[in-house]
Amino acid sequence: MKYSPWSQEQALLLLATLREEKGPVLMALQLMQKEFGYVDPACVELIANFFNKSRAEVHGVLTFYHDLRTTPPTRHQISICVAEACQAVGARALEKEVKGKFANETNDAYCFGNCALGPAAMVNGKIIGRATLAKIEKARH
Amino acid sequence: MKIYVPGDSAAISVGADEVAREIARLVPSAHIVRNGSRGALWLETLVEVDTPTSRIAYGPVTPEDVASLVEADFLNGGAHPLSLGKTDQIEWLASQDRVTFARVGIIDPISLDDYRAHGGLVGLTKALELSSDELIAEVTESGLRGRGGAGFPAGIKWRTVAQTPSVEKYICCNADEGDSGTFADRMLIEGDPFTLIEGMTIAGIAVGATKGIVYLRSEYPYAIATLQKAIDSARVNNWLGASVLGSAHSFDIQIRVGAGSYVCGEETAMLESIEGKRGVVRAKPPLPAIEGLFGQPTVINNVLTLSTVPMILAQGAAAYKARGVGRSLGTQVFQLAGNIARGGIVETAFGIPLNELVNTYGGGTLTKRPVRAVQIGGPLGAYFSTEQFETPMDYESLIAAGGMLGHGGIVVFDDTVDLAVQAKFAMEFCAIESCGKCTPCRIGSTRGAETIDLIINGVRIDENKKLLLDLCEVMTDGSLCAMGGLTPLPVKSAMINFPSDFNGVQK
Repeated sequence: MKYSPWSQEQALLLLATLREEKGPVLMALQLMQKEFGYVDPACVELIANFFNKSRAEVHGVLTFYHDLRTTPPTRHQISICVAEACQAVGARALEKEVKGKFANETNDAYCFGNCALGPAAMVNGKIIGRATLAKIEKARH
Repeated sequence: MKIYVPGDSAAISVGADEVAREIARLVPSAHIVRNGSRGALWLETLVEVDTPTSRIAYGPVTPEDVASLVEADFLNGGAHPLSLGKTDQIEWLASQDRVTFARVGIIDPISLDDYRAHGGLVGLTKALELSSDELIAEVTESGLRGRGGAGFPAGIKWRTVAQTPSVEKYICCNADEGDSGTFADRMLIEGDPFTLIEGMTIAGIAVGATKGIVYLRSEYPYAIATLQKAIDSARVNNWLGASVLGSAHSFDIQIRVGAGSYVCGEETAMLESIEGKRGVVRAKPPLPAIEGLFGQPTVINNVLTLSTVPMILAQGAAAYKARGVGRSLGTQVFQLAGNIARGGIVETAFGIPLNELVNTYGGGTLTKRPVRAVQIGGPLGAYFSTEQFETPMDYESLIAAGGMLGHGGIVVFDDTVDLAVQAKFAMEFCAIESCGKCTPCRIGSTRGAETIDLIINGVRIDENKKLLLDLCEVMTDGSLCAMGGLTPLPVKSAMINFPSDFNGVQK
């Protein structure tokens, strides 16, 4: 996935697109992450000032949601579903296997809605059903 | 020549995009339609060709199969080992009663012409002729209950919002389908998004709301893209906007994307999240119907609830409520998941025995080992043993059997499952996803996982079991919402139905 390098000017231009939105803080954080790959710590004050919120409020939202990250992502991103339906078809073993090889870029996820064709995984935004290490390696390239 | 290759993300997960590309390469003249999935997910990628008599299905097709299909003249329904015959005669599909899912897998999801040609917008057109009272009466009369899990009568909720005066009201669609083993909301949005838009528009007209919001989880990127395309198309065609289909009503819809929090599927946490805040549960009252999004009267319904409304109006409340049993009227979209041979969507009237879903439709486990447990209704649902397989699948029977229907997901496990481990996971999941507002949920879940760990390791088993049950009681009675309140359900049901897994001997 391609991201822009962090830039405050670019961030402000993006925040301006949310000026008319009600309750914009989560949307603003998501927009930052979509553009830059992560939410730079400088965003907290930027968003707070832009939308007239306290820094504590923005920090609170940023730290509540599992999706939001404050450090740049690895080049590849692998998510393995480890919820019940995928556990029933070996997700835990797959998780171990994949983490053994790609520990830094692998995260746990809870449900991609592919519960009849598990184990499910998401590799760089592409969904994989009946996932195996081999399939994940192939999708990673 | 039309060829249907599902663009549903479950189909894509097993190679539908590659199959579509291969067909396009080998049959350049083909008109490939990326339909939704028929719901028979074990047959994906299910390719269909439109022949003069009917649609002929082939599946499961891999990219490597395409060349031999072309050789077998599949474009004219030619014989091939993967041929399944006429799609509408596949027993697994033909025996279902598709109401909410009537168009899913059949039409091009983002073609408004296709939607109209298959009965779309009939419900909305009728709604525009009715008064608010008549419209709500029809929905109430149908017996439609909330498909998100709580099963609250939709018409009564709508009436409350309609009767609460305010210049601003909202229709919020809960598409935060976080329960493992459920995927019906996703498949409906990917396969027939206009139905949801139509249902939300009808709800808006009924209660006097002009703004709709779909809270859609970030784990569903394909559904987000499809729904956005459908909303854009509905706007261009003057369905959404200042004048709904030329009427005096105005209605528009915005998608708000979730951020990976399970508890945001709880309706008040969802409202907080839409408002851009931490997804922390609110105390009720006030009910969201009176003081909901941004403090205004708000209808909150699940995707399936709203998507069933157009059919109810088109076919009449009587036709809908003729299906089902007792107070569970109409159809339920069951989702067969986990370790299952024939997983997917089974829409049928309420009351079907669990056994029929798991064994007749589902064909038992994928691993061909005996079924040992099924979890019904997501991570907060009970674990059932095969001794309970005659339980009729409706709201009341499941409660009587010590469980709940939830969103209709059924997760099957074979005999290698250890229910103590599953019970521990239920507590761990609650610890990870708790919003943190109330103590029984925030702290109790962690203590619960630790206590189950002690039982698994054979430490003072009887004492710890008693402690665990006591903790479950505190969580059930002392939590503000279903997250902490229902986490004890999988735990206790596992202890009751599978006592041999809680004797300190690891499987």
